[in-house]
Amino acid sequence: MSGDGTTAKVYALHAAVIALLVALNFILPEYHHGVLARVLVLAVFAMGYNLLFGYVGLLSLGHAMFFAAGLYGAGLPLYHLGWGVPAAFAGGLGAGFVVALVIGLLALRTSGVAFMIVTMMFAQVFYLTTLYFGEWTRGDEGLVLQQQTRQVALGSGTLDLTNPATRYLLAVALFAAALFATLAIVRSRHGRVLVAIRENEERTKMLGYDTFANKLAAVVTSGVICAAAGAAYALLFGYVGSTFASVQYSILPLLWVLLGGAATTLGPLLGTLFMYYVIDITSGYTSAYMLVVGLVLILLVLYFRKGVLGTMRERWVRWLP
Amino acid sequence: MAFFPHLLLATLEGLVTSAVLALTALGLSLVFGVMRIVNVAHGEFFMLGAVLAWAITSAISGNPALGFALALVLSPLIVGAIAWIAERLVLRRIEYNPEATIVATIGLLYIIQQLALTFYGPEARPVTPPFNYRIQLPWFGYSGYKLSIIAASALLLLATWFVLTRTRIGLIMRATQYDRETALAFGIPVGRVYGAVFALGAMLAAIAAVLIVPIQQAHYLMGLDPLLLSFIVVIIGGLGSLRGTVIAALLIGVSDGIISVFFSPTLAKIIATLVVAMVLVFRPQGLFGTATK
Repeated sequence: MSGDGTTAKVYALHAAVIALLVALNFILPEYHHGVLARVLVLAVFAMGYNLLFGYVGLLSLGHAMFFAAGLYGAGLPLYHLGWGVPAAFAGGLGAGFVVALVIGLLALRTSGVAFMIVTMMFAQVFYLTTLYFGEWTRGDEGLVLQQQTRQVALGSGTLDLTNPATRYLLAVALFAAALFATLAIVRSRHGRVLVAIRENEERTKMLGYDTFANKLAAVVTSGVICAAAGAAYALLFGYVGSTFASVQYSILPLLWVLLGGAATTLGPLLGTLFMYYVIDITSGYTSAYMLVVGLVLILLVLYFRKGVLGTMRERWVRWLP
Repeated sequence: MAFFPHLLLATLEGLVTSAVLALTALGLSLVFGVMRIVNVAHGEFFMLGAVLAWAITSAISGNPALGFALALVLSPLIVGAIAWIAERLVLRRIEYNPEATIVATIGLLYIIQQLALTFYGPEARPVTPPFNYRIQLPWFGYSGYKLSIIAASALLLLATWFVLTRTRIGLIMRATQYDRETALAFGIPVGRVYGAVFALGAMLAAIAAVLIVPIQQAHYLMGLDPLLLSFIVVIIGGLGSLRGTVIAALLIGVSDGIISVFFSPTLAKIIATLVVAMVLVFRPQGLFGTATK
């Protein structure tokens, strides 16, 4: 894992990915440009999920709650209180932090299957709450954030979040921030402890590590990253709705991460990108996209448990983080 | 209506919910108890039971009771066969790894839901009850069919209890649940038991769905609520415990009925889900039985 050569290679690879994404801004046709911006934001969501699922080995079925906390934390103040974009984004992060901290404190008292059920139930409570307060959230119908509210005054000019190029570059910036944050975390001491917890929690505890504190930190970081994705989604695409809090959006990041490769830094992007296009292309022929999702999930656990990058790391590129 | 009749009505409605819930949750509980896996697609087996009941009753003309009786027999059998095939093709090959099973059954959930949407459509469709008989109480008339659901569910629960505790099949199932390795060493075909238990769990959900579908229409998304409620019942009642499942189903069903009559149903669901999540957080040891770990 260590050695200076590998570190340089790892950073070069990630920098190259970011450079490629920036370059694509000028090359891609309009439609794919829009799609990729969306995929990048959703990939950040998947990266947040991956931190907990891939590295700590905690299977949560409630991450839609963190994404939606960011979505509503940013969207509601912007819509109802007239907050500016930076304040709204911070609001989304704050909401994600609080929700993740509370859920972490409660749900981490359980483990394994119980953890999955508890997170799923808390997420369901969150989803029902967004429906219950339909007066402010407008439930499934959702809120559309107007163009004039999604602009930031920047020196002399304004940064218009509805402009495709601006939107794309901001999505890349968020993705890069999340990518290097994940990379830094998994290469740190804390990250190593998380992997140790995944492999054998009892032994890690015996070695003197506070596993609860480490897991809680992971839940909070994961929640905040997902909330950042949610807040960015609200601000960049201007839509805030209950659908994003439903159980489907807890399952999707699991699918993306499994496909791309759990516990790989770039896997979430690959998985999200691939799945988005699979659904996009198949929905051209049939409306049966759920069938595709279901089949992919089953085939993955049957034949391809480690995902694309996980398999690559095992077979060829040992240094892949 | 005065307060007491109102309460009585809410309790009766709650009892109907409990009856259906107890059967569905028992299926989930059996699968977790014996196989130690969580079947996330359990609600979809419920939905499939309801949709098949609609298909069968609408294919049979004449007396609605005939079609319904046929649905009550055929629909669980078909659902059981599908569950058995899924178990053999998928779950057996991932060796019942708990997390891989969750992912695989999520996949199954999507596949079943999509097939129902494609072949059955997005509409909610009613099934004619096998008989229409109103029992006249002093304050209001009540559907005799709903009361018969409670009776049918009680009978089925008794039958399951009898099979589990008094027959050789039940003994084999309990032995597998108690200690898989030893059961295997004593010549019990554990693989076949697993297949049968998975199919049986799905069949119980399908029977529950056939019973409820004359009063609650069949719809391709109807599986999520029974799934969550079954999780709740199984957690409160303790997995693998039949008595616990029935008591918890009564508790949840009746309180849900009463809360829903007096408050908004969404608020009732929020409170119920939150309370149960808290139970699971603060009393995890009493919830998955004593055999785990």
